[in-house]
Amino acid sequence: MSNQSMFHIRTEEAPLLPAPVSTTGVIGWMRQHLFSSIGNTALTVVGILIAYSIIAPFIQFAFIDAVWTGDNREACLPQDGGHSGACWAYVEAYFPQFIYGRYPTDEVWRVNIVYALFALLLVPLAIPSAPYKRTNAILFLVIFPIVAYFLLTGLVIGGTVILPIVETAVWGGLLVTLVIAVTGIVASLPLGIALALGRRSKMPIIKLVSIIFIEFWRGVPLITVLFMSSVMLPLFLPEGVTFDKLLRVLIGVTLFSAAYMAEVVRGGLQAIPKGQYEGAMALGLRFWPMMYLIILPQALKLVIPGIVNTFIGLFKDTTLVLIVGMFDLLGQIQSSFTDPTWSTPSQGHTGYLFAAIVFFVFCFGMSRYSIFMEKKLHTGHKR
Amino acid sequence: MSVMEQDSAGAPARASLLNDPKARGLFYQLVLIVALVTLGYVIVTNTIANLERQNIASGWGFLENTAGFGIIQSLAPYSETSSYGQAVFVGFLNTLLVAVVGIFLATLIGFVVGIARLSNNFVISRLAYCYVELIRNVPLLLQIFFWYFAVLRAVPGKRDKWSFLFDYFHLNIAGLRGPKPIWEPGAEFIGYALIIAIVATYLIARWARKRQDATGQQFPMLWTGLGLIIGLPVITYLVTGMPMTLEHPNFVETGPMLRRGFELNVGFNLIPEFLALTLALSIYTASFIAEIVRAGIQAVSHGQTEAAHALGIRHGPTLRLVIIPQAMRVIIPPLTSQYLNLTKNSSLAVAIAFPDLVSVGGTVLNQTGQAIEIIGIWMAVYLSLSLITSAFMNWYNQRMALVER
Repeated sequence: MSNQSMFHIRTEEAPLLPAPVSTTGVIGWMRQHLFSSIGNTALTVVGILIAYSIIAPFIQFAFIDAVWTGDNREACLPQDGGHSGACWAYVEAYFPQFIYGRYPTDEVWRVNIVYALFALLLVPLAIPSAPYKRTNAILFLVIFPIVAYFLLTGLVIGGTVILPIVETAVWGGLLVTLVIAVTGIVASLPLGIALALGRRSKMPIIKLVSIIFIEFWRGVPLITVLFMSSVMLPLFLPEGVTFDKLLRVLIGVTLFSAAYMAEVVRGGLQAIPKGQYEGAMALGLRFWPMMYLIILPQALKLVIPGIVNTFIGLFKDTTLVLIVGMFDLLGQIQSSFTDPTWSTPSQGHTGYLFAAIVFFVFCFGMSRYSIFMEKKLHTGHKR
Repeated sequence: MSVMEQDSAGAPARASLLNDPKARGLFYQLVLIVALVTLGYVIVTNTIANLERQNIASGWGFLENTAGFGIIQSLAPYSETSSYGQAVFVGFLNTLLVAVVGIFLATLIGFVVGIARLSNNFVISRLAYCYVELIRNVPLLLQIFFWYFAVLRAVPGKRDKWSFLFDYFHLNIAGLRGPKPIWEPGAEFIGYALIIAIVATYLIARWARKRQDATGQQFPMLWTGLGLIIGLPVITYLVTGMPMTLEHPNFVETGPMLRRGFELNVGFNLIPEFLALTLALSIYTASFIAEIVRAGIQAVSHGQTEAAHALGIRHGPTLRLVIIPQAMRVIIPPLTSQYLNLTKNSSLAVAIAFPDLVSVGGTVLNQTGQAIEIIGIWMAVYLSLSLITSAFMNWYNQRMALVER
């Protein structure tokens, strides 16, 4: 009897109640991020309307109304007066031209090998955990350009034609875009490192020359550089010496991007603590061994994201070569608009859309990679 | 012995000139100078020889010659009988015009998108993110082509129009047309009123700041300033008897087919080349500015907001007095370099034949063959613009640098 108390005393904890439905799950998330106030709700509605007004016509154009197969313009003409969609059949017909330009069809395998080698060497170089980084880098930066040069232009040894010569005038499309962008970056890397070291040098004349060089190229637009290399460079050469048009553009692009590269590398050099320099000097290393063994490996690793960003900029800027009469991807697409076989109202839109997709895939991929590397490299310097 | 001692005291451990850093430095610099001078000499002699062979007289004399080509948009008096020099000057003014309008629009869009990216609203921040990623990963030239060939060529033809904004503005293939203000006598007072309002706003702002420093009392400066700058010219406009009328573009719909369409030189007209270039430039640059703005605001630590709130400062003043001044320190340097990029990118006008400095210069170059002079002018103009910008940036950085103890 005495055990039976008048009072009820709870001996175990009450079960935890779930959080209110309005603060968790999908509804809670929506309340917090979409409809937290009247103003916010209005913004959500306006935002959805804007998104719809862009996405709906795009899907209509690129997929629903699109023509996927056909042999000529007849397939892509608007049916019964309505709006016509994207003419993908035209892109399909022109695809080889967009990728190789007017490179002879029999020799296209050479371009394919270069593309394959490029991908094969670049992928392990880009993956941080892949082994043999040094060998890989040397293969990519030194051996590959030489092999690619002979594969693309042709090889004649002592009168015997091993690979037929292909004039650069018939190169075009993505090939020219990639050749200019990759050569620009690869060739500007050593020049940029030299300029960055020169700018930090204690020798006044070397420092001055480096600063003038860097600030000059960074101060002028690329298009004037291209004009300069295509109009002014021939004047600088002795009589009888002529450069290939592509080579002239490559020289201009390389000098231009070397200045930007120098600034990127300089950022990396500045980020190396002074103790590293002092440590190297205490070990008795001279300037070049110190740079080569201690400073540059650290500095260059730090600036990989910066180099990738410079490459993205250069990759987009290669489109400017169409102004000096070369056919990069955009130039090839632009020139295909004159073909009456495929002349339809939607041809221009389709061509630009295709170019935009190609450039977006390349640039977006590279920028994601640069962010990934930035995060990866950042951990080492956190204290 | 004495000789040995002297040696060790006077010049210690000087084994060889080869290992003396100073001597080596001098030697390297000498080599560089000799190399540069040789290169310069070779280039100059080759160029002189080449120019002689092509019968091109170098020098600036050609700038006086008659140009003989028309320019579709000019801010300075220009006709086909003007000189090459005048043509290049008109091109320079057009470059400046595109740069100024583009910078204004890009800043506006960039700040809106940058702040939208930080919005708590999911839809808005995603939209801003997509805008930034889509626009900055597509080449600018492609965007200019898109606006010029795909959008502005798809609008109604010359004999037709597409009107919007209460029928005040019209778009067709010849560009954008709108009303143009015509100033009548007496209108100069409106200008005076505007100047007076700006000066008064400046003086009142100074007084208000002094009073706040002394007493802590605040003054509604924003509303006073807005009221003065907008109100005073409006009042003057009404008092002087409305000395301004709008000249509407005249659209001819009847009569012979060839005469139909907008009458020339009536109303305000923007050519499609200008529209395409400015739109593409400002939309492209805005995507970079948006990222700069976002990074700048995120660079201000959250503790600053919390500290301001703890001091009892409300949300608006916190943003205005604490967050933005600190964010601006991070934002301004990359922002000026974006402005410079926009100015340099305006040279892409040549691709759609908008008469900017590079485009007009290219025409002159083709007609006269004076490559070195024209490219020299281009380089000089863009270099001085970029030097002025970096001078401003250095001055600003010095002014804004944290004063540390």
